Amino acid sequence: MSTEALEPHRRDFLVVAGNAFAAVGAASLLWPFIQQMNPDASTMALSSVEVDLAPVKEGQAITVMWRGKPIFIRNRTETEVKSAENVNVKTLPDDLARNENLPPDDPATDANRTIKGHENWIVLIGICTHLGCIPKGQTFGDERGEFGGWFCPCHGSQYDTSGRIRKGPAPRNLEVPPYAFTTDTKIKIG
Amino acid sequence: MGGRSSDYVPTTRWGKWLDERLPIGRVVKNQFIDYPTPRNLNYLWTFGGILTLILVGQIATGVVLAMHYQPSATGAFDSIEHIRRDVNYGWMLRNFHSVGASMFFFAVFIHIFRGIYYGSYKAPREVLWILGVLIMLLMMATAFMGYTLPWGQMSFWGVTVITNLFSALDTIYNGLGTTIVEWLWGGYAVSGVTLNRFFSLHYLLPFILTGVVVLHIWALHVVGQNNPTGLDLKESSDCVPMHPYATSKDAVGICAFLLLYAWFVFFVPDYLGHADNYVEANPLVTPPHIVPEWYFLPFYAILRAFTSSFLGIPLGQYAKLCGVIAMFSAVVVIAFAPWLDTSRIRSAKYRPIFKWFFWFFVFTCVSLGYLGSKPAEGVYVIASQIFTVCYFLFFLAAMPIIGLIETPRRLPRSITESVLGEGGGGLPSGAAAAPEVR
Repeated sequence: MSTEALEPHRRDFLVVAGNAFAAVGAASLLWPFIQQMNPDASTMALSSVEVDLAPVKEGQAITVMWRGKPIFIRNRTETEVKSAENVNVKTLPDDLARNENLPPDDPATDANRTIKGHENWIVLIGICTHLGCIPKGQTFGDERGEFGGWFCPCHGSQYDTSGRIRKGPAPRNLEVPPYAFTTDTKIKIG
Repeated sequence: MGGRSSDYVPTTRWGKWLDERLPIGRVVKNQFIDYPTPRNLNYLWTFGGILTLILVGQIATGVVLAMHYQPSATGAFDSIEHIRRDVNYGWMLRNFHSVGASMFFFAVFIHIFRGIYYGSYKAPREVLWILGVLIMLLMMATAFMGYTLPWGQMSFWGVTVITNLFSALDTIYNGLGTTIVEWLWGGYAVSGVTLNRFFSLHYLLPFILTGVVVLHIWALHVVGQNNPTGLDLKESSDCVPMHPYATSKDAVGICAFLLLYAWFVFFVPDYLGHADNYVEANPLVTPPHIVPEWYFLPFYAILRAFTSSFLGIPLGQYAKLCGVIAMFSAVVVIAFAPWLDTSRIRSAKYRPIFKWFFWFFVFTCVSLGYLGSKPAEGVYVIASQIFTVCYFLFFLAAMPIIGLIETPRRLPRSITESVLGEGGGGLPSGAAAAPEVR
C-alpha cells in the first residue's frame, strides 16, 4: 500500500501543474502593483531643457532644473580649469568620468568631464552622490571646500572644480548629464 | 491564547449564547483578568500597557488629522498650518500626534532596555522578542513616513537622504540602487508624488503594526511574562491575577507617563522637533545641518561613522554601502540576542559582570544619539566610530563571552522567596493567586 502511494500519479501531475499555473498567474498580477510606483508618463515627458549661457560671466555659476533635479552650470576661471586638469586621475577616489555623453569606463580627466572647445563650462547634476543633498558652492560666499569646487553641508563631501569627489563619504563624482551645445552660448540638457 | 482550562461561567443567557458561538468573554477572562502575572513585577513592566495606549492614541489622532490634511506638494505645508490655526482643537490633536511619535519611541526604548536587562529575550521568549524587533522596525518606517507629511525642509531633505541610502546598492550592481530609488520616488527626485504614496503607506502601516502587536501579545500569553528575578513561575504563590493587581499598577504607570506626555503637548510641543521644518520644502536648498528626529539619532550616528575611512581602515567608494549595512545591522542584530547571549541566567540582577556591560551599552546608545545630532566632522566622527564598534561588540562579543566566564550570584529558589525572603514563604497576606469566587 505505502509504496503504491509514493508513486507519482497523473493526479499528482495535475495538482502540481494546476498550482504552479495559479502561482504564476497570481505573481504576474503583482507586476502592475509594483510598476505603478515607477516614474509616470508625465514625469518622463519633462525630458529636456534649453539654457542660454550668454549672461553667465567667468567665475559665475547658475542652477537650472532638469527632471526635478538641480543642474549646476559654472563658467570656470582659467585657474580653476588648470587646477582641474593638473590632477592625476589615478589618485582620485573615483577615477571614472561619470559623463552620460561618454562610454561608462572613460577615465575622470577634466577633458572627459567637459565638452571639447568649451572647457571652461562644467555642467553637473547638483546632487551629492552620497545621500542626495545639494552641495554648496554655486553662489559667492558659499563654502567650496578644500578643492575649490563644491562642498556638501550634510556629511562633508568635497568636490573639486571638475565636480570630482576628493574627500568625504560620497562614493562617486558628480554626474554629468546628457547635454550638447546647440549654439556657442546655448546648451540643451537631456 | 486559549488552551488553558477555564472556570469561566457566563452568568446571563445572552452571555451563554455568545460563549457557544464566539467565546470572546472567555478569552478576556482567561487572558486579561485571571491571567497569572508574576507578583514581583516592577514599574518597568508597565511600559507594555503604556505602548498599547500610545498606539491606540496615535491611530485615533491620525485618523482625525487625515480628515484635514492634503497629501500634495502644494497643499501639505499649508494644510498643517490650517490644522494648527483653523481646525477646532486641531493644534491639540496635531501636537498629540507629533509628540506621540516621540513618546512612542521613548517608551519602546525603555521597554527594550528592560528586556535586555532582565533577559526577557531568552528561551522560551525568542519569538516574542523577534516580533518586538519587527514592531520597532515598523514603527521606524511609520515614523519616517509620517515626518515627511508636513513637507517642511527637514521633511523633504530627510526623505531625500534616507531614500538615497538605497542608491548604495549601485556599488554592488551598477544601476540597481538608482532603479530602486526612482521606484520609491516615482520620479527622478523626491516630489509630491513621493509625498502622496508616503501618506498612503503612513496610514496603512499602523494597522499592520497593530497586527504584529496582537501576535506579540499572543506570544507573550503563551510563554508568560518574565519578571525581575528572571525565574519561571513555579508555585501558585509566585503569581497574582492580572486584574486588579497588574492592571492597577499599569494604571499608575500610565498616569505618570501621561503627565510627561501632556507636559510636552501643552507646554513645549515643538521642543523635540526642528525649526527648519516650519520652512516649506525647497528642492534647491539643502538646510546646512540635516538631522533626523531624536529617536533616529543613534542609528544616524552609526550611518555617518563610515566616512572615506573607518578607524584608519580606508573604505573608498564602499563607505556609503558600509554605513548603510551597519545602520540596518544595528537593528537586526538585536533580533539575534537570544542566540548571542550564552548565559542561562536571565536577569542581570544576578549577573555581576553583564550588569556593568549593560549600563555601558546604555551609555553607548545615548552617546551615539548625542553624536548623531552633531555635525559629521573632526572629533565627532572618531567618537562615532568608536561607539559604533562598542555598540556591535556588546552584542557580538560581550553577550557570548560574559555568559561563559561569569559566575552568577545565587538565585532565589522562587519568586515568592525573592519577595518574602528565605523561609518567609507560604501564603502571602494580600495577593491571592487564584481568582476570587463570587
